Amino acid sequence: MPRMSAKSTQKLAMAGIWGAGAIAVLFLLLIIGYVLVRGLSHISWSFLTTAPSGGLAGGGGISTVIVTTFYLVGFAMVILVPLGVGAAIYLAEYAPDNRLTRLIRFGTEVLAGVPSIVFGIFGFALFVIALNFRFSILAGALTLVCLLLPILIRTSEEALRAVPRAHREAALALGATKWQTIWRVTLPAAIPGIATGVILCIGRAVGETASLYVTMGGSPAMPTSLFSGGRTLSLHLFYLATVTNNISGAFATGVILIMVIVGTNAITNWLSQRFRARMMVGA
Amino acid sequence: MRFRYLIDRTSKVVVLVFALLALVILAAIAAYNLKAALPAFRQAGVLHMLFGTEWSLTNKEFGLLPMILGSLMVTAGALIFAVPLGVACAILLAEVAPTRVRQFLRPAVDLLAGIPSVVFGLVGLVIIVPFIRDFGGPGYSLAAGIIVLTVMILPTIVSISEDSIRAVPKSYREGALALGATQWQTIWRVLLPSARSGIMASVVLGMGRAIGEAMAMIMVLGNSPVIPKSLLSPASTMAGTIAADAPEASGVQRSALFAISVVLFLLIIIINGIALVILRRGSRAQNVC
Repeated sequence: MPRMSAKSTQKLAMAGIWGAGAIAVLFLLLIIGYVLVRGLSHISWSFLTTAPSGGLAGGGGISTVIVTTFYLVGFAMVILVPLGVGAAIYLAEYAPDNRLTRLIRFGTEVLAGVPSIVFGIFGFALFVIALNFRFSILAGALTLVCLLLPILIRTSEEALRAVPRAHREAALALGATKWQTIWRVTLPAAIPGIATGVILCIGRAVGETASLYVTMGGSPAMPTSLFSGGRTLSLHLFYLATVTNNISGAFATGVILIMVIVGTNAITNWLSQRFRARMMVGA
Repeated sequence: MRFRYLIDRTSKVVVLVFALLALVILAAIAAYNLKAALPAFRQAGVLHMLFGTEWSLTNKEFGLLPMILGSLMVTAGALIFAVPLGVACAILLAEVAPTRVRQFLRPAVDLLAGIPSVVFGLVGLVIIVPFIRDFGGPGYSLAAGIIVLTVMILPTIVSISEDSIRAVPKSYREGALALGATQWQTIWRVLLPSARSGIMASVVLGMGRAIGEAMAMIMVLGNSPVIPKSLLSPASTMAGTIAADAPEASGVQRSALFAISVVLFLLIIIINGIALVILRRGSRAQNVC
């Protein structure tokens, strides 16, 4: 076989590279398009506002599912945000370069790679069984907190580190204590970056299934307290697709899920662009 | 004003405690898993579990080999497709595409990364499973799992590889082009070797995501605990088996699920450890330049 000239290899390679990009876009369009086509027609006001009927037919709407999703994600964020941002403050502002800091960083990175089902079965053993929370929103939310903590720590730490040094020095020079500097100067400046991380976590929480499948029980009823079981949008989709075989209901739920993800992605992009621009001006 | 110094000191301790929390959670997961898995390991024997081929909760047979192999096969299969495709996309984004294409492609990849795994599972269940069925077998198969996972891990590989190709110093490109290399020769001989560590890390992280995926795999693999004989036969994965069986299991059966979780956890720690080492070595190498 004759060796190809550099020019024809170049052409062939570029064709391959553009082809790969086209395939990736095709995957995305195919998935989103298919879900929209199959699901949109099924969405109506009554679909959004009636409760799922449960049982084997899996009919009804998704009202209780929407409420449960808000309830779960909201409660998880209330616990997660102070913990994650606090940990990030330590890592970005206080942590000396010693063995403990390296251990904390290593632990956080490893935790970020642990599969969600491992968090799930841990939450199942600890929250559902040992602490006797039963299958509940509480157990699901606490499991979510463990799962999302490393993500929020990483994004918040980056946001804090992006705040220019001059801000801190000015505050300290005015006689503020270190904590006053953090609380009044660094943290407010980093808020848009931290918000990006929080919204990223909300997106992940809404899409999460495996760990919630084993901690929330999946009751289709309206939750009355933190101790009620329930199902989020993702869980509902899973039950409809596998247990009750209501495929069009599953696609309609999928449309809502994709809209949530598109929304959170758009907000994240917008916030992070603004944050980057602001930090550039400040520097 | 003593008060503000008190706050200053207390807050430092409080945020340190929060930072330690991640470490505590990690330790708790490891310890809890091991403790809960002990009864099963003790009853069945570690080696017998790892290499046993029979898994049946009702008969208390806890051979993990079918799902260990299942996890490894779908993961390897997905990597075969996703790595060339993902690296090519990364090259497109980092080197080839004009800004306007990039501004459209990058959010598309991010969106693909954000789509919940159950949506992938649903599309796989409705499109890919019937498609595979036309080739024979039940349709719920290794092949369906590989296709779904390929799409799922693609964004991980693309975004991390893109970052690492972008991080190659500009002078490398200019040097190669000045020597008369074509764009492709520059990419193939200079950029990809320089970005090797980041690309390898992206592959390893994609591998981690593939091995850990549970719900989408339950939906398209058929979740049958047998060693698959061909691409068309059903299979199961470790993560999928834990999720599918956890709500009903109790006693020693539940313990067996924790045993799977221990194996999965160890595997992931090893995989991520490799990724961290590769990334760290890569960033050191680039600092030298």
